Amino acid sequence: MRKLILLIAAGALAAVTSVAGAATLDDVRAKGHVQCGINTGLPGFAFKDEAGDWQGFDVDYCKALAAAVFGDAGAVKYTNLTGATRFEALKAGEIDVLSRNTTWTYSRDNDLKLTFVGVNYYDGQGFIVNKALGVESAHDLEGASVCIQTGTTTELNLADFFRANGMSYEPVPIENNEEARQNYLAGRCDVYTTDRSGLAATRAALDNPDDHVVLPEIISKEPLGPLVRHGDDEWGDIARWTLNALILAEEYGIDSGNVNDLAQGTNNPEINRMLGTEGEFGAMLRLDQDWVVNVINAVGNYAEIFDRNIGPDTPIGLSRGVNASYLDGGILYAPPFR
Amino acid sequence: MTVHPGVEPGSTFRLSDIWTNERSRSLVIQIAALVVLLATLGWIINNTVQNLENLGVETGYGFLGHPASYDINQRLIDYTSRSTHARAALVGFLNTVLVAVTGIIFATLLGFMVGILRLSNNWLVSRLMTAYIEFTRNVPVLLHILLWYGIVVHVLPHPRQAIEPVSGLFLSNRGFYLPRPIFEDFAWVIPASLIVTLVGLFLFARHARRVQERTGRIYPVLSISLAAIVAAPVIAYFASGSPVSLDWPALKGFNYQGGIALKPEFFALWFALSIYTAAFIAEIVRSGIVAVSHGQTEAAFSLGIKPGWTMRLVIIPQALRVIVPPLISQYLNLTKNSSLAIAVGYMDLTATIGRISLNQTGRALECMSILLTIYLLISLTISAFMNWYNRRIRLVER
Repeated sequence: MRKLILLIAAGALAAVTSVAGAATLDDVRAKGHVQCGINTGLPGFAFKDEAGDWQGFDVDYCKALAAAVFGDAGAVKYTNLTGATRFEALKAGEIDVLSRNTTWTYSRDNDLKLTFVGVNYYDGQGFIVNKALGVESAHDLEGASVCIQTGTTTELNLADFFRANGMSYEPVPIENNEEARQNYLAGRCDVYTTDRSGLAATRAALDNPDDHVVLPEIISKEPLGPLVRHGDDEWGDIARWTLNALILAEEYGIDSGNVNDLAQGTNNPEINRMLGTEGEFGAMLRLDQDWVVNVINAVGNYAEIFDRNIGPDTPIGLSRGVNASYLDGGILYAPPFR
Repeated sequence: MTVHPGVEPGSTFRLSDIWTNERSRSLVIQIAALVVLLATLGWIINNTVQNLENLGVETGYGFLGHPASYDINQRLIDYTSRSTHARAALVGFLNTVLVAVTGIIFATLLGFMVGILRLSNNWLVSRLMTAYIEFTRNVPVLLHILLWYGIVVHVLPHPRQAIEPVSGLFLSNRGFYLPRPIFEDFAWVIPASLIVTLVGLFLFARHARRVQERTGRIYPVLSISLAAIVAAPVIAYFASGSPVSLDWPALKGFNYQGGIALKPEFFALWFALSIYTAAFIAEIVRSGIVAVSHGQTEAAFSLGIKPGWTMRLVIIPQALRVIVPPLISQYLNLTKNSSLAIAVGYMDLTATIGRISLNQTGRALECMSILLTIYLLISLTISAFMNWYNRRIRLVER
């Protein structure tokens, strides 16, 4: 009987959302756009500009994917998802790809049946506090109230950190970054914890960023990247190589300024393969021959995306750090385009 | 055996009779409806099984025994991040029960008071109550919850500047802190004395009723009961050598430690649900009282029964018959509305098993089925209790 109830409940869920079949690429082409899951709002990563259009580091990946499939960065629609709703939306086929500062973990990969296509930002969890509290280290946070987004890996890291250090705390569960900001400013919590990139973004959006400090401790590894459903390797490969193409373009000095010139043909075979003047590489993914040209024309290479949205010259002000190309001493490294 | 209209006895059966005969027609329609319903259900189940297989999603309740790995701020039982998902669900369940029970009690008291006051002859009082009812029940309950949460978090000061209206009570935007009683040896004497008193009062009330039925003499049962209920624990407290001390809340580091903490999340949810539901209960109470014919009051007065007694012995018992059935719905509504706790981060059943556990394990169908079953059980329990009460207060015809 219980199984029956379960099945009925499941049916109600499944009936309303038709799970996309194996060929996501065909489905995407048929509907004419990529449905991309993004944050509900995180400055620098996914935010609405003055014209009301979504912009940001994660949003640019969606645009790059749309450019790869359609040659048009505008062929993308966004679904705003919280930490708690994102995986269900992807699994149920409501979105084709999730680009929402999501941490790649073992259980998400294998238990939730998701496929992470790579890492576009190597992050770590940190804490932000008001300077007036005089806290200098996360180890001074005994008994503090901590705002934490539910349904995230940071929630689990937080519990582990305080337990491992024998400290107590009061978790204040919140739903999204905006709610966290409000509760933090109202003093409902002393500390807000999330990925340090998110903290930098949140801090930049505060009225007096200098009154707040991000504590030095990094309590976890948070490799963030886009992901797709299990079961469609072709679509996964398109998503993976769109990301790789962005990273490779930086390595080879291809950017939105010179890509059209380079696409006329160069004496570097790797660049020629990427930009479609040599070989039949587009057809291998059932994409246009010049799909990488379209991607770079639409959003630029990885460095351009980083600098435009979250780099040192933006209010977010993140430095490349480990996210620099391996050529510059970072760990960003993509397999060869061969 | 009855003769079906439209079918002449002895006449041969024709196919069109199935449609023209009223009885067989209704039978055909019912069978058709049943077939459609079953086919739809079958399709849904088949579709789900197929989709789950396609996704390769593993199902099962084994995850309930794994460590939950997250912390819960408000809990009635011991819980750490190493406890299981099942225990997290239990913590959430108890939090749901806590807010539902306290909410029902407060909403009922407030609702009865407002409902009766709205019938008051005092113009100002009745208009104030009307304004309260119309404002409260015409605003969505979610807004009430967010409003009260906002008031606590944004209006009250930080714990370091907490308001202390009476000694030992601290109001801050992290919650309200009260001294917590610590029970030492012999403290059991106090609840024990209360139980003994209650049993005694029950016997006394029965005796008083018999005396009244036999002789017409009336004992002041109510005032004696109230006095005894207050006096017994107090006497027991001092007789056993004051075995209760208080744990005072004190500001240590970032927050108050010790005492009882009433978190803003709980307060906002409890208060908003209570005043929202109370507005509906007030209207139910008013309709119940108005439903009792004025002749009943006049009859009671003409028998010389005092106004207070008329209300208690004549009007209310009859009004309750009208009040209780819709009251059940309100209790169920309040309980189910408590799942809006998620909006302010109160860790109820929905927030724990239905939200965090679900999200961390990806077991959506399993968590939802657990949630469904438990809410159903809570609602059916409340419903069963209230139906029992409803039968008890039914008009007994002699």
